[in-house]
Amino acid sequence: MSVLSSLARLEAAATGRAQPVATVRHCHLAGAPLVMIPLKLAGEAAAPLAVMLGRDRAEPALLVVPQPRNRDLRFAFAADLAKIVLEHIEASRGAAEALAPGKDGEERFRYTDAPQILLPNPGGVGFLARLGRSTRFRSTEGPYAVEPGVPALGRWLTWFADRHDHPGSSLLLTVTEALRLHWATGQSSLEDGNLAALMGWIDPPDGLDGAAAAARAEDPVVCPPAGPATDPTFDNEVLAPAIASYDETGHEQRVRTALEGQLAPTWDLMWRAVDLLRALPEGASVAKRWERDRDGFTWFHRNFDEGVPQPRRDTAVRAARRLHDLERAQDAYEAQRAFDDPLIMAEHRLNGQAFGGVVAGGDPARLDESGKRPKLRPHLLIATADPVRLDTGTAVCNAARPGLKGKIVDIGPDGVTVELTGGMGNRLTPAPGSVPELGDRVVFTSLTGGSFGPARFPDRESTPWTHGGPPPEYVPADEDAQEEWS
Amino acid sequence: MTLDALPPAEAAGRVVDAVLADLARDHRGVIVDSPPGAGKSTLVVRATAHLAAAGERMMIVAQTNEQVDDLIERIAAKHPDIEVGRLSASGYVPSERVLAAPSVKVAQKADDVAERPVVIATAAKWATLSEGSWPWAIVDEAYQMRSDMLLRIAGRFERALFVGDPGQLDPFSTVEVERWAGLSWDPMRSAVSVLLAHNPDLPVHRLPVSWRLPASAAPVVSRAFYPFTGFRAGTGPGDRRLEFGARGMGTAHDRALDEAAASGWALYELPARHTLRTDAEAVQATADLAVRLLQRGPVAHAEGGAAPVGPGRIAVGAAHRDQVAAIRDALGPDGAGITVDTANRLQGREYDVTVVLHPLSGRRDATAFHLEAGRLCVLASRHRHACVMVARAGIPELLDAHPSTEPVRLGVPVKFPDGWEANQSVLAHLAAHRVAAGS
Repeated sequence: MSVLSSLARLEAAATGRAQPVATVRHCHLAGAPLVMIPLKLAGEAAAPLAVMLGRDRAEPALLVVPQPRNRDLRFAFAADLAKIVLEHIEASRGAAEALAPGKDGEERFRYTDAPQILLPNPGGVGFLARLGRSTRFRSTEGPYAVEPGVPALGRWLTWFADRHDHPGSSLLLTVTEALRLHWATGQSSLEDGNLAALMGWIDPPDGLDGAAAAARAEDPVVCPPAGPATDPTFDNEVLAPAIASYDETGHEQRVRTALEGQLAPTWDLMWRAVDLLRALPEGASVAKRWERDRDGFTWFHRNFDEGVPQPRRDTAVRAARRLHDLERAQDAYEAQRAFDDPLIMAEHRLNGQAFGGVVAGGDPARLDESGKRPKLRPHLLIATADPVRLDTGTAVCNAARPGLKGKIVDIGPDGVTVELTGGMGNRLTPAPGSVPELGDRVVFTSLTGGSFGPARFPDRESTPWTHGGPPPEYVPADEDAQEEWS
Repeated sequence: MTLDALPPAEAAGRVVDAVLADLARDHRGVIVDSPPGAGKSTLVVRATAHLAAAGERMMIVAQTNEQVDDLIERIAAKHPDIEVGRLSASGYVPSERVLAAPSVKVAQKADDVAERPVVIATAAKWATLSEGSWPWAIVDEAYQMRSDMLLRIAGRFERALFVGDPGQLDPFSTVEVERWAGLSWDPMRSAVSVLLAHNPDLPVHRLPVSWRLPASAAPVVSRAFYPFTGFRAGTGPGDRRLEFGARGMGTAHDRALDEAAASGWALYELPARHTLRTDAEAVQATADLAVRLLQRGPVAHAEGGAAPVGPGRIAVGAAHRDQVAAIRDALGPDGAGITVDTANRLQGREYDVTVVLHPLSGRRDATAFHLEAGRLCVLASRHRHACVMVARAGIPELLDAHPSTEPVRLGVPVKFPDGWEANQSVLAHLAAHRVAAGS
């Protein structure tokens, strides 16, 4: 925990109100996201119990499995869920816009929009991933056939859950994580995982402060858990008799009513959280990251029909590639958030990885004539009171315009001298407005989005002996659906 | 006769001979585990010369530019006749020690050094090559390399010698992903563990003698961090001595230094307190101890004779970068020339005396990062003579309140030692060398 976030937490505890830790919204929020609150049966790995979902807060759909131990009912539930999810995907993709052709001249497209799913918490992501795994390998013919939508749902859920691992991706967001990016509360991070308690700190009901609202959220009768696990007392006293009554009578109304009562309060909280997030102005880089999300979506959507279910395990090459992609995304995300938001940059300034101040001198037209050809290398002296913990020679860039790059040449009592090396145009005089002027307030940082480029990996067929050699070609088979826990 | 019964030099020599003999056999890989200061670099240089003498071309892989330059310096000094090509990224400025060696050619493209018998570069640089093949590779610090890096470079060589220290810090990732846990090719695991998972019959050798650690430290480090693959010191109890030119004034600092000089270890203990990461008092104490050490004119007596301990032979270690920066500030001009760095950066380095800010000092919790056995192992095994730990009281109680809670996963080899236990073991030893601050 950094100094600034510790301070925000202390202030939250002292004032009884969550404190902002960001000035802009760092995640994309779709116009019509699909809000989903899944519940699973206690004691089972991936037995769905119910899901409340919808794009419209006034009209939630409620799907339930009245006897979750019955596999036929589970997959009937999955078929119903598939209808809504697949409809959402088709409804939110927008038109395909043509992009400049790729290197080999192939056509490239990108959908103008992409589907977004909102879940209450990371537990929900884990559950959707399990549900995806239990449905994507199912066969639509032969014994135990399922409806065609079921394996399609499985592949989409798997894809969404995989994208959730991707730092900065907004295709599948959890509301607790999204809120915690923007507010600090006076409770522990574990307690922040409870959506009702977290919302209690950020937006307490009238007459209560954060701590009282959070204490109220611990009562499962007033605030039922946001899933995917249900409250054990509810399981014993309400759900079990309701399921028994379904087994006897074949009427599912009692189970539906019970589960609706568990889900409705969270449904309301989810949309209030969406309102809070929507009220924040969007960060400057959010659109760029959403574009990457749309790229990923476009690729998956266009190749869906030819594709096969994602294998259960990554091969060695796939795993290494994926880790590399995640690390690159993480690196860019960290930097972009700091560039977008002075409050996050302040953390880096406190850590000594960035410094800000007024341009107090230098030589904006300086030329380096030591080489064969003169190069434009202006010097800027930045008077700063920040605790700079960077060494001379470190590459830095301007937070307001990361394209303006330089390196630290001197750290002295008057401030830090930066030699600018790029982002000023191609001439020997800087492009107008590219070099900060005397008296300008600037922030320079060693963070650089995209500091590591794409890496080279061997093909799957040339997996080296150190990693077990080339794996066999993946052919989806019916047995893939068999799990020890299913 | 077992190795333990042999004199240290002979025991170590037998292992090196066995390694070189294995290179001539039909194994695709040979692995050498080396505890701190056991002559890992010397082995790499010997293996290089051995293979070069047999007429083999080889690529050498190290993890950082610093390590590459270290190896070049050693090879050039010992075998000036071996022509070495050094591949580098475009931004690399050759250090003086590389320029000083006439047998070394620096290039950015592999074609420019293709005819040289030995080509050396960082793993990251090797990974940018898409063609070329070497019959042999020597991978240095293989336990610091992540397995995804090995995947990227393994196509460049036929057979390889992997050398590294299993007790040092594990490679890490900036993202937390659990999806690969238990897979034999988990990209987050070290290169050696993935290599062994797929090739379990590769020969593994272990260097048995630490030439760096004194007789006072080798058993402590061996017991705490290498419980099943112990090693011993190459020197006897009386072979290394640390003396001061100036007598102490009886202050707590001086008594801690005297204790360290006499026994090889000292624990300078501040009163218990929960603090920020850059605990001002602990930072000041660490810096003061280092400066005071220098002021007292230490002289190190060792196998090679006596030599004064200058600032270049003293290191200060800490867990976090901000702590390092704070200690550097606190050292001031009196401590100029003393190395201050994090455990990650001190890996593979050697000093006469170290002053260490304990990773758990002043903490309220013991996270996996702070409990990692490798971190404490690096910090506690850099010295040839003595190590002074600075810590707040109460770490044993902190450890008792935070037993390791890492989930146990199927298919993931259990790592020994457990960081929690290693910390306890080191603290139990340090308790006998405790000097309370302000007493």
